[in-house]
Amino acid sequence: MNPELVLWLAAILFGIGALGLLTRRNALVAFMCVELMLNAANLVLVVMSEVHGGLDGQVAAFFVMVVAAAEVVVGLSIIVMVYRSRRSTSVDAANLLKL
Amino acid sequence: MIPLSVEADIVFWICGPLVIAGALGLVLFRKAVYSALSMAFAMVNLAALYAAMEAPLLAAAQVIVYTGAIMMLFLFVLMLVGVDQADSLVETIKGQRIWAGIGVLGVIGLIIAGIGHAVIPVEGLEAANNLYGGNVQSLAALIFGRYVFGFELTSALLITAAVGAMVLAQHARLVPKISQRERAQLRMDAYAEQGVHPGALPSSGVYALNNSIAAPALLPDGSVSPESVSEVLDGRGATLDAPAMSSATAQAFAAVDAATKGELE
Repeated sequence: MNPELVLWLAAILFGIGALGLLTRRNALVAFMCVELMLNAANLVLVVMSEVHGGLDGQVAAFFVMVVAAAEVVVGLSIIVMVYRSRRSTSVDAANLLKL
Repeated sequence: MIPLSVEADIVFWICGPLVIAGALGLVLFRKAVYSALSMAFAMVNLAALYAAMEAPLLAAAQVIVYTGAIMMLFLFVLMLVGVDQADSLVETIKGQRIWAGIGVLGVIGLIIAGIGHAVIPVEGLEAANNLYGGNVQSLAALIFGRYVFGFELTSALLITAAVGAMVLAQHARLVPKISQRERAQLRMDAYAEQGVHPGALPSSGVYALNNSIAAPALLPDGSVSPESVSEVLDGRGATLDAPAMSSATAQAFAAVDAATKGELE
C-alpha cells in the first residue's frame, strides 16, 4: 500500500482522538481517545519501519504498547478512585483544585 | 510513490475506512459502552493493517494486548462505575465543540501537509526480516540485543504499574474488622445483660408435606418460633403458616387412626 496514504490515515485517527479528548466529558471515553492517539502514532511507527527497511520502528511500537498497558492500569484505577469519592466519571465533576 | 503490494492495497482500502468508522463511533456514540466496542472494532482493523504491513507480531500483540486486555479492562471498569451514565450534552465552555473541530481539522491539515509527503522510496522489510529467519526472530534479536536495556526498564514499569494499581484500588476501612474472638465476647455479653441465647438459632420447621426454610418451627406449646425463619423472609411476607400445616398433619393422623381403630382391635 502507499505509505503516504497510511500517514494520512494516522493523521486522521490522531485528529479524531484529539477531537474526542476535547469534547467528551466522560473520563473513560476521553481516556479511550488517548489510546486512539497512541494507536495512530503506532501506525506511523509501523509504516515508517517498512519505508526505512529496518525493524526498529516495530520495536518502538511494541514498547508503546507496553507503556499503554501500564498507563491504562494506573489511569483506570485513578478513575475508579475518583468515582468512589465523587460518584461520577465526568471530567467536570472533579473540581477539588478549583478556587 | 511505489506501491508496496497489491494485496496490501486491498487490505488498506477495506480496513482503513473501517478504522476511521470505528474511531468516529468512539467519539460520536453517546453511551460509553458503544464507544468502547467501536474502539475495539477499530483496533482489530488496525491489527489487520499491521499484518498487511509485514508486522505479524505486532498484529497479534495488537489483538491480544489492545483488543483483548486493554479494551476489556475498559469495559470492565465501565460496568463497575455506572454503565447507564450517558454523557451530558451541555457545553461547559461556549462553542467548545465548534472550536475543537476547527482546531482538529487544522492539526490534521498541518500533519498531512507537513509530513504526509515525507516518504522516501520504500525499502521493504524483506532484508531485515530475513536477517534472522523471520519477522519474529529478527524482532527478538533487536529487543534482546540493541534494545535490551529498554526492555528491562519496561519490566520495572509494569511492576510499578501493578503495584500502583493495587495501592490505588485499596480503600481504607471506616470501621475496624471484628475478629471471631470479639464476636464471641459480644454474644456472651448479650447473654449476661439481656439473656439472649448465645448458641445457634433454631432451624426451620420440618413438616410432612413441607421442609422449606420459609416454614417456621413450632415450640412445644404449639406457638411459632420467630427466630427459626430469616428476617429477610419475614420482611418479604414469605413466611409459611406453620400451625396450619401442623394441624393438617394432625388431622390426617386422626383420620388414619379413626379408620384403622376397628381393624386393629
